Amino acid sequence: MNAESPIVTADTPGNSQKRSLGDRLFGGLTWFSAVAVLLVLGAIILMLFMGARPAFEKYGFWGFITSAQWNPVTEMFGALSPIVGTLVSSLIAILIGVPVSFGIALFITELAPPWLKRPVGTAIELLAAIPSIIYGMWGLFVFAPFFADYIQPILTDTLGELPLIGPLFQGPPLGISVFTAGIILAVMIIPFIASVMRDVFETVPAELRESAFGVGSTTWEVVWNVVLPLTRVGVVGGIMLGLGRALGETMAVTFVIGNAHKLHWALFEPGNSIASTIANEFTEADGEVYTAALIGLGLILFIITFIVLALAKLMLLHMSRQAGRQT
Amino acid sequence: MLKRITSIAAMAVFTVGMLTSAHAAEVTEINGAGATFPYPIYAKWAAAYQKATGVKLNYQSIGSGGGIKQIKAKTVDFGASDAPMKPEELDKYGMIQWPQIMGGVVPVVNLPGIASGEIRLDGATLADIFLGKIKKWNDKRIAALNPMVKLPHKKITVVHRSDGSGTTFIFTNYLAKISPAWAKDVGNAKAVSWPTGVGGKGNEGVASYVKRIKGSIGYVEYAYALQNKMTYTLLQNKSGKYVAPTSAHFQAAAAGAEWGAAKHYYLILTDQPGATAWPITGASFIIVYKQAEQPAQTAAVLKFFDWAFHHGQKMADELDYVPMPEKVVKMVEATWSKEIHATDGAPVWTDAMIQK
Repeated sequence: MNAESPIVTADTPGNSQKRSLGDRLFGGLTWFSAVAVLLVLGAIILMLFMGARPAFEKYGFWGFITSAQWNPVTEMFGALSPIVGTLVSSLIAILIGVPVSFGIALFITELAPPWLKRPVGTAIELLAAIPSIIYGMWGLFVFAPFFADYIQPILTDTLGELPLIGPLFQGPPLGISVFTAGIILAVMIIPFIASVMRDVFETVPAELRESAFGVGSTTWEVVWNVVLPLTRVGVVGGIMLGLGRALGETMAVTFVIGNAHKLHWALFEPGNSIASTIANEFTEADGEVYTAALIGLGLILFIITFIVLALAKLMLLHMSRQAGRQT
Repeated sequence: MLKRITSIAAMAVFTVGMLTSAHAAEVTEINGAGATFPYPIYAKWAAAYQKATGVKLNYQSIGSGGGIKQIKAKTVDFGASDAPMKPEELDKYGMIQWPQIMGGVVPVVNLPGIASGEIRLDGATLADIFLGKIKKWNDKRIAALNPMVKLPHKKITVVHRSDGSGTTFIFTNYLAKISPAWAKDVGNAKAVSWPTGVGGKGNEGVASYVKRIKGSIGYVEYAYALQNKMTYTLLQNKSGKYVAPTSAHFQAAAAGAEWGAAKHYYLILTDQPGATAWPITGASFIIVYKQAEQPAQTAAVLKFFDWAFHHGQKMADELDYVPMPEKVVKMVEATWSKEIHATDGAPVWTDAMIQK
């Protein structure tokens, strides 16, 4: 550092005073932005925690998250059913969304004829721009009836007959259920995951790809052994982005999930999610504990998102260590 | 740089201060927040009132719970709630409330081939359907009430509100009055722990679920049932008569009610006496402070709602709301002049302020 600084001043003799002021200002601004984000984050957690305290004091943190009862009349609130609904619907969304997104990204970067790449890519990006309430209305008015009349009976008759996982695919043919919410969420997160995957696939240097082809690899081998290992971080990042959206999605889920505070094994039964419970009940929640329970749900969603992100980071760390060992 | 930002901020604060103090001199704007159910009629009244007097009403329909929170925090001139506040709570905060407009809650069904008013239900049966005890439409208890109707062998799907709402409050109030099992297991509130069924957000959510799911039964505000051309049921009232939900029958419920005996107008118009009274009727309430810190502002609020009492009936009818009967309006005006005072003790409301 000491050795370098005189060289810098020597390069710019006249401007040094002025430039360093601009530098300092800009540096300060970036500092300020970074610290502001942290402060806001801290403030949000603090406020959520303070707001949720009456509920945690009444039921205890574990009591709150392990009780499935939600009764505003007797003021007994437990977060288990919204937590389960949030996790299950997001899991369904990821299970459907990731393979489809992967296929889309693969098609655009590796297989599509050049004239098709741009239109398909743009169409995917347009999907991401549709407001979530439109997805909700489409889900309720178009998809749910279709699903209830055609797809759900088939699933109940086939998967529903299987041992172990059979009970998951039972339920009334309403089309309004945790499963429907998961499918709508999948449609909503596919554009995000697919466009991130496409972008990172395109960053793979052409030389690597061509040399792999040169030694006789098939397209699949190139993708699996060259493209994916190189773009792993970006791919996981894209999936996390999608998962984050699925966990927090409110309007679309509220429309199709059925909003019932009940725990069921069956995915075709109506359930609820954290975000939809808050959206439904916050305006009319009078009474301290009721409001506190809803804010507590918000805090739990925050914690879930945090855990998911942390797990993703750990997974990446683990993967890069393994990769290091292999080479 | 920092200095400049502070000076701009100071200027902004100063300007805002100027604006608000200018307002205090002459009331041109009143602010309220609360119930969503009466919002369409309040908005219509507000537009007509502004044309007539130049006074503007800002009403945020953020929900009854929100309205009560806002008036407690004194950020608005009045709060509005679909469920009346408890008298003890009003006394604690030094507030009063009065009923401003009424509406009815209507059970709606989706049974192909069955028209509005063909199905008859009584309170106990309705409660057991919503408790999940009666599961099929051709259950013998429904059949006993409807000997003339061919009921389908179809599963009943209950549709309820997913959001907290005054509609749910009125509906569960009726069920709790009629059915001891409902009162014990579920209770009466703006949101309850539903034993069965799916939840739709808002009246429109319930309406769309009922329209979609065959064999479903739900409950919506009268206006929604009417505008969406939904199939409603007849209900047995306290006098044992089966009545249809109509504006006249809601008013019959209000006319039979003993408002005078109810402290702070704490009266829920469910299961009222009267041969033609619709059993699930409810009023929406306005809440103000008894001790008016800004008497001019409170007077403007009272003037607006009094104008609505006397000139707003036709507009209410057009939107399928039910105006308060003349008798009740007189009582409310008497309450205003008796209860609401400025800080120096002078009454805020006098009968001379009635705009005939």
